[in-house]
Amino acid sequence: MKPYELTIGAAGELLKKKELSSKELVSAVFDRINDVDEHVGAYITLCRESALARAEEADKKIAAGDSSPLVGIPLAIKDNICTRGIRTTCGSKILMDFVPTYNAKIMEKLDATGMVTIGKTNLDEFAMGSSTENSAIKPTCNPWHLDYTPGGSSGGSAAAVAADMCLGAIGSDTGGSIRQPASHCGVVGMKPTYGCVSRYGLVAFASSLDQIGPLAKNVGDAAILMNAISGHDPLDSTSVPRETPDYTASCTDGIEGLTIGIPKEYHSSQGMDPDVAAAIKSAVKTMEDLGARVVEVSLPHSEYVVAVYYVIATSEASSNLARYDGVKYGFRDKAAEELMDMYQNTRSQGFGAEVQRRIILGTYALSAGYYDAYYGKASQVRTLIGEDFKTAFESCDVLLSPVAPTPAFKIGEKINDPLTMYLSDIFTLSANLAGIPGISLPCGLSSKGLPIGLQLLGNHFSEETLIKVAYNFEKHADFSKEKPKIGKRSTP
Amino acid sequence: MSISEKDVRYVANLARLTLDEASITVFADQIGKILDHVDTLRQVDTTGVTSTSHAIFLNNAFREDEIKPHSGQENALANAPEKEEGRFVVPKIIG
Repeated sequence: MKPYELTIGAAGELLKKKELSSKELVSAVFDRINDVDEHVGAYITLCRESALARAEEADKKIAAGDSSPLVGIPLAIKDNICTRGIRTTCGSKILMDFVPTYNAKIMEKLDATGMVTIGKTNLDEFAMGSSTENSAIKPTCNPWHLDYTPGGSSGGSAAAVAADMCLGAIGSDTGGSIRQPASHCGVVGMKPTYGCVSRYGLVAFASSLDQIGPLAKNVGDAAILMNAISGHDPLDSTSVPRETPDYTASCTDGIEGLTIGIPKEYHSSQGMDPDVAAAIKSAVKTMEDLGARVVEVSLPHSEYVVAVYYVIATSEASSNLARYDGVKYGFRDKAAEELMDMYQNTRSQGFGAEVQRRIILGTYALSAGYYDAYYGKASQVRTLIGEDFKTAFESCDVLLSPVAPTPAFKIGEKINDPLTMYLSDIFTLSANLAGIPGISLPCGLSSKGLPIGLQLLGNHFSEETLIKVAYNFEKHADFSKEKPKIGKRSTP
Repeated sequence: MSISEKDVRYVANLARLTLDEASITVFADQIGKILDHVDTLRQVDTTGVTSTSHAIFLNNAFREDEIKPHSGQENALANAPEKEEGRFVVPKIIG
């Protein structure tokens, strides 16, 4: 096995036994990136020099007895997370040359573990999208089949993990942006409970929905990353003050007696791919074999989730993105002679089509005369969606569903039809609206050889239960060892 | 409820975006379809339902009002598109 193919857990063992150095590991990862990233396009910025220096430091720490599970481990960071001194573009022309002068809270926490930042990964502009095609820099291709998208918006992070161009990665999830690309790329992705991980230094898209989380090669690695990034932060007033559990302690055998709910509304959803339906059916059987009790539950407001989400997310985005005015940082149209022209030209030239579309939709939903019908109504139905989950979790411990109705779709397939693209987020959006945690893990391959993902959702702060169920499923039906063979694009 | 091209132009201006005619036509069509889907929310009876703006129950997050060091003028101006003598430079505001 090549060093870059290792999991965080396995690499950590070798580092501590001095059978591998962090410098060797990090160099191997950069060689791998050199070989495959011209085809995949996962990274926007690589930090080779600083990474090798950090690896040398890590080797010294390990020699001195440091046993942190992340010391010397190469990780990738989504490019909407502020990294001091490292360009943070958000996949947008408007932030193309933005170099943060401060770190996101999670970067401070990760840096303290001794991990090594390999680079910044591609995303849909401002994390708005489900395919990574909305990046102003380049599209990312799915490592399993380069004609297909990796999903989005954390498509760069998911593709980097799947193609062994890092050992683990950090993403952000506003409506499925960790879980859906994890599913399409055959890796594990976790969206924690809202307030579990500090959002300080995450470039805001929709503040009441955004949450940072890990993408990893297996459940155990995701738990290691969760340990490193979780916890209260006074700099994020929405982060919840509570003690962070040891998530790795949940990677133990035994889910007998646990109740798994299957939302009946998900069966009747339109456009479900037969391969996905079959893989989920087989996953339910696996859960039963493991001793879990499977019950049917109801989430009666499921059909309104997409509508509620796209009103709330765009409303919050239109407000958050008002800050990009060309004054304090980012791109400015320097030809404009008057202030209003400067604002208009800067924003029109700096934002791509999807971001502009969402700003207009959000501004409309918040504008006088339409506020009650759109934002007001959506915020009320959001309450009902949250209550659906509350009721469902009275009769089950976790909910099981697909992550997406289909495996990855082709590059270009949905780009001109935003509503169809939005509807593909049907299974992931509700967790963000309700603030509950979710995990996505591989559960099979489609007839075309594309990964299929299983989603588990739990009540607020039930990450330990989700990790436990996911760990047991993975152990029993291990798809984490399936690897993509990176070929060539047939339609360049 | 569909959205007219006039509405798109009006809202784009509120959001400080200038769109060309072709984009206005495309956006009116695409946003109209999204709003038609959003209109399904009218079927939901929300009489007496409180709205959710925040999914997790949290009290106000208070902190002591203490003076702490800030990162400095140089850092604040580090990404300025145009700066001069410790200030952001902007185009003419009053004619």
